[in-house]
Amino acid sequence: MNGAKIRQQIAFSILGVITLLIVVPIILVILYIVINGAGSITWQFLTQEPRSGMKAGGIFPAIVGTILLVLGTMLFALPLGVLSAIYLVEYARDDLFTRMIKLSVVNLSGIPSIVYGLFGFTAFVLLLHCGTSILAGSLTLGIMSLPVIITASKEALESVPFTYREISLSLGATKWQTIRYCVLPYAIPGILTGTVLSLSRAAGETAPILFTVAAFYLPRLPRSAFDQVMALPYHLYVIATQVPNIPTSISFATALVLIALVFLMNLVSIILRAHYRKKRLW
Amino acid sequence: MVSEPVIKTVNLDCFFGAHQVLRNINLEIPPNEILGIIGPANSGKTTFLRALNRLNYLHRTYSQSGEILLDGRDIRQISDNLLRKKIGIIFALPQVLPVSIFDNVAYGPKVHGVTNKETVGRTVEEALKKAYLWEEVKDRLQEPAVRLSGGQQQRLCIARTLAVGPQVILYDEPCSGLDPISTAKVEDAMQQLKTDYTQILVTNNTKQASRVSERCAFFLMGELVEIGPTHDLFTYPQDKRTDDYITGRFG
Repeated sequence: MNGAKIRQQIAFSILGVITLLIVVPIILVILYIVINGAGSITWQFLTQEPRSGMKAGGIFPAIVGTILLVLGTMLFALPLGVLSAIYLVEYARDDLFTRMIKLSVVNLSGIPSIVYGLFGFTAFVLLLHCGTSILAGSLTLGIMSLPVIITASKEALESVPFTYREISLSLGATKWQTIRYCVLPYAIPGILTGTVLSLSRAAGETAPILFTVAAFYLPRLPRSAFDQVMALPYHLYVIATQVPNIPTSISFATALVLIALVFLMNLVSIILRAHYRKKRLW
Repeated sequence: MVSEPVIKTVNLDCFFGAHQVLRNINLEIPPNEILGIIGPANSGKTTFLRALNRLNYLHRTYSQSGEILLDGRDIRQISDNLLRKKIGIIFALPQVLPVSIFDNVAYGPKVHGVTNKETVGRTVEEALKKAYLWEEVKDRLQEPAVRLSGGQQQRLCIARTLAVGPQVILYDEPCSGLDPISTAKVEDAMQQLKTDYTQILVTNNTKQASRVSERCAFFLMGELVEIGPTHDLFTYPQDKRTDDYITGRFG
């Protein structure tokens, strides 16, 4: 072997090892949580409300709360994000106004989540009189999720070949028909990926829901969008820091449920993506 | 009898930004003619073609002055959708949508509001027959269009354009990526379409222009140098530059 080949081997090995290093923490985190928490996952744990100062019973209200918050977040952020991405990619002219919007989107993603929480508290809870509620929490998480959804949707739309638009327009289709039939269908997998990514983020956030929706202890289920709910990440924070002498296995089990929930969402998106890919015929 | 031109351009100037791509183009195209447009790269042939159905305006820096008339009517008075329905275009590389053969052809009727399944089916079949593709694809209409060969894809594009019901068909170097046999099939299709359509063929291939077109125009650096019956243009070119180009001295 000559020198160049050896150097190449070394370079490949280094790159390989480094790439492998990325996988290590995620595996360790999951393993650690599963080993410590799996034992406490029982049917009762998943379906009952917490009892005896949250030291016993289950986490059912928190699971329901988190699911409701994710759905609420999606309800606000998905249409808003996708529609504005369509506007930015397909309609907006490249002027000062558009550049300002794009800059805002980038900057939105840089805002710390606690700031979103405080903003949501002032804007939705107080100013719009939503109260501490699912509505206020979903709106807050929705705004936080917007930048990722917009950016992912924009990239997905931009990656649809320009020729599809040209074909459609050249056949006399209107701009909207072109977007509807020749652009959006091919952008959906990318949009889904971005959406699920940001929704999994939202599912695990504590700071934005702290003042806007999360209840310390609320065993009953919400009756409307104006009710408070418990949520998994906040519940985890509470039992880990505020409740003395609680078995750690409960914390780990709660974390495991949260991770499983996020994993489930990713699974759904993978299935949906495969479904839409199949529809594209090449 | 001299028939009214289907397409007429009057003092047409085209610009991309500050760069003038076409200068003072005056052309008349009578119905059912196949007009060939030849010229070296960057002579403005494609821009001329895409000016006719306003596709140039997809580029934000594009502007034009002068008039383009379709059946004596300024095309600025016609909406983009209707204009492009009347003036279809076939692009240089076969460009099919990533859907089935059937859906490629049915796309045009669909966006123009044809919902009746039978009507769409009949339109698709007629269009494919006119484009000489029906026999090759009739048993596999639901297959992905991308599985067709390059020549078949280009004829599919022709069928897709025909299904919209155009009056004029523009071809932008339609055979540049095709082998000689596929090229011959596309040219056959064009000959058959003569009875019903006015066609304009931009080509880099002077031989193709001499085979297919009845009249031929020579573009050079944004100017229309010469136009005349194809046979005359190739045998007794009036302009020295035309002579140089067709005898292969440049381009």
